[in-house]
Amino acid sequence: MSLILSRRDLDFLVFEWLDAAALTSRERYQDHSAETFHQVLDTCEAIATDHFAPHNKLNDQNEPQFVNGGAVTIPEVKRALAVYSEAALIAPGQLYEYGGMQLPALLEKACAVWFRAANIATSAYPFLTAANLNVIAAYGEDWQKERFIPPMTEGRFFGTMCLSEPQAGSSLSDVRTRAVKQDDGIYRLYGTKMWISGGDQDISENIIHLVLARSPDGIPGVKGLSLYIVPKFLVNEDGTLGERNDVVLAGLNHKMGYRGTTNTLLNFGEGGHRPGGEAGAVGYLIGQENNGLACMFHMMNEARIGVGSGAVALGYTGYLHAVDYAKSRQQGRPNGAKDPTTPQVALTRHTDIRRMLLAAKSYVEGGMALALYCARLVDEERTAQTPEARVEAHLLLDMLTPIAKSWPSQWCLEANSLAIQVHGGYGYTRDYNVEQFYRDNRLNPIHEGTHGIQGIDILGRKVVMQGGAGLNLFNATLEKTVARAKASGDETLAGYAGELHAALDRLNAVTATLHAINDQERTLANASVYLEAFGHITVAWIWLEQALAALGKAGDFYDGKRQAARYFFRWELPKVYPQLDLLETLDDTTLEMQEAWF
Amino acid sequence: MKVLVPVKRVIDYNVKVRVKPDQTGVDLANVKMSMNPFDEIATEEAVRLKEKGVATEVVVVSIGPQQAQETIRTALAMGADRGILIVTDQDAEPLAVAKLLKAVIAEESPNLVVMGKQAIDGDNNAVGQMLAALLDWPQATFASKLEVTADKATVTREIDGGLQTLDVSLPAVITADLRLNEPRYASLPNIMKAKKKEIAMKTAADYGVDVSPKLKVLKVTEPPKRSAGIKVADAAELVGKLKSEGVL
Ligand SMILES: Cc1cc2nc3c(=O)[nH]c(=O)nc-3n(C[C@H](O)[C@H](O)[C@H](O)COP(=O)(O)OP(=O)(O)OC[C@H]3O[C@@H](n4cnc5c(N)ncnc54)[C@H](O)[C@@H]3O)c2cc1C
Repeated sequence: MSLILSRRDLDFLVFEWLDAAALTSRERYQDHSAETFHQVLDTCEAIATDHFAPHNKLNDQNEPQFVNGGAVTIPEVKRALAVYSEAALIAPGQLYEYGGMQLPALLEKACAVWFRAANIATSAYPFLTAANLNVIAAYGEDWQKERFIPPMTEGRFFGTMCLSEPQAGSSLSDVRTRAVKQDDGIYRLYGTKMWISGGDQDISENIIHLVLARSPDGIPGVKGLSLYIVPKFLVNEDGTLGERNDVVLAGLNHKMGYRGTTNTLLNFGEGGHRPGGEAGAVGYLIGQENNGLACMFHMMNEARIGVGSGAVALGYTGYLHAVDYAKSRQQGRPNGAKDPTTPQVALTRHTDIRRMLLAAKSYVEGGMALALYCARLVDEERTAQTPEARVEAHLLLDMLTPIAKSWPSQWCLEANSLAIQVHGGYGYTRDYNVEQFYRDNRLNPIHEGTHGIQGIDILGRKVVMQGGAGLNLFNATLEKTVARAKASGDETLAGYAGELHAALDRLNAVTATLHAINDQERTLANASVYLEAFGHITVAWIWLEQALAALGKAGDFYDGKRQAARYFFRWELPKVYPQLDLLETLDDTTLEMQEAWF
Repeated sequence: MKVLVPVKRVIDYNVKVRVKPDQTGVDLANVKMSMNPFDEIATEEAVRLKEKGVATEVVVVSIGPQQAQETIRTALAMGADRGILIVTDQDAEPLAVAKLLKAVIAEESPNLVVMGKQAIDGDNNAVGQMLAALLDWPQATFASKLEVTADKATVTREIDGGLQTLDVSLPAVITADLRLNEPRYASLPNIMKAKKKEIAMKTAADYGVDVSPKLKVLKVTEPPKRSAGIKVADAAELVGKLKSEGVL
């Protein structure tokens, strides 16, 4: 059994629950079949096992170094990524014309998680590249697509996303990097970007930065931001590399986890290089001026769901390591059996260990199902039969994005913590892998919009967008599952359905209360608590869906699903009530707290 | 030049094999199955011959259950041109497999057969040798290096105590050892291309070969558990022990 992920679970989710085979009737996916899907997953599992997992620890122990103005990584990363690009895995979901294989998003996600779980740091390079080229494919001019996309799908160029700055992290309206337009329509950029993952490395021939910068007219706030392609080396018309652009690596950040991914401070336009004889980083506008954030959001929704599924992957592999350890580690005797001459029992014999493993199982399998469900929505958004169905899928995805990002970042991280706990002292040492998974996963509540920002997104924007259309759709979607469970003839599932419905009603009532007052600051004061409650209700629904998909099927695998669903409904869903109670009182304890009192 | 590669569907090499409680065989229920690793190496070698312009067509043959189609598909995704599946209900014994392959060869007339030196399920290491004998073709087993020209193959073989290089005239049977090459992964574009490649479905009866078992399995058991080691105080004691065990 692989300790990276469970292929059995992925097959259940992808084929039995989300019916991947049905997608092959859509025009975009018609060249595929269930068999090619299985084969693609085989290839991913094999490459993740043979080329990604083996250097995961090495990556962690050998952070990239700053040498002669560049970032130097260990050679294993480059080798793994060469195999990865050769198998055409950089952008398998893209259209054929952009070098993709038109693989459904669902399968693309099921492929991606293998690499995230096996080696999150190495996998970050191609994932950033894919996000980058997807933006160019969506908004770029023809010449930009022709020049930059093929070398990225081939793995010769990698991409980055340059949004954050030292003074502008959560608050992108404070971005200061500015663009100046030349007479020839090309731009020059000046400024500093902070935290840029993959901002420099010695793996690819070239790096294509997508940079958010203030447009020449200098309108303040996010409305004045545009998006620019800024290559590390300029690319000639024939595709060969030209002059070195004025982008300079100023330093590397030394992180808690994700250590194999370079994380950089980049200076643009300080004259370190002088393309065309002058200082200023050469940039090409993507899409319209002052529409940069909208373009970036195209990638950001995708990136946020990607962060969520990365968090799931890390939690999942931690869980599998913990199960493996608990089965083989002998320690103590069952409660009440105190005869020291009897042999010790496996950790799994202890109820408290089973509690932790069951909690972790419910988090990681719930998170995986949520991530894949969102990917399936992307397929609906792209290929559903009617325009209405496509719009609906888009709306639901918009609604679920903050949950798909934040819930796994919190609870699959908790699974990583539980995996350490199951290992006892050994889990706290670097001889085992689980502490690294925890450190790696600790990033996920921070980047791509912190937990706090996701809370504001769901409560401040998503539940009220389009006059509440998103929330209505969310309700209708859950109610359909509730109705199916009630009609299933299975008493247990009907019971869960009732509990889910009750929690949903409560959530709606509290949402109305929070928005009934005319004070944004107070409405949003406890938004992260709201985010958690919303997330738990969402995942309870996802567990009910899984239990329905397992209904009538026998064997350990399905029994495991049923027990995890039971755990989620008994132990986890009730946690939302105290949270919703607190929210309903419009509690202002945190709001009233003064800086001077700390 | 046409190259024939037999491929077998076996328990994945990562799976921890368990004996069935009634000791009639190993438990195959819900177990991951894959292409025999030595057959992957053989396929890779054949595909490389094609890429070098030495071979013009690579045909893969599998003898096994319906699902062995997946194994053939994998070989096609690695670059083989077409497949033949001879469906059998039970695991055919080496001699039956060799006879079936001989019959396929009579139809296909390949100039070269490249196959795994053994399948990792039975570890028999027999079919290649049997096939060469039935065909009365030269054989070169345990190949770690292969060079093929129009009428001969130069094969480096791994033998006890070193390497042996020999020339065999074609047609011939070559069996692949672990170090012959590192097989490629089935890339996405090749998986898609393989979908359109043809797999001919056959039965043993089509070739007039009797595949009913000639051997009887009495009992399958787990290998004995390895007993714990002992600690020795120094090198002298170690040498003494090795001598007394008859190792030195
Ligand atoms: C390892 C790593 C990789 C990264 N990679 C990239 C990358 O490739 N490209 C890129 O552009 N960026 C990247 N980032 C940046 C990341 O997106 C930011 O760190 C993140 O947006 C938070 O910004 P900040 O660090 O400035 O924190 P701050 O914005 O200063 O936030 C500090 C705290 O204040 C809270 N807070 C801030 N504003 C509000 C508010 N309005 N309401 C409530 N709470 C608030 C936050 O939730 C947080 O808890 C990366 C970061 C890290 C650590």
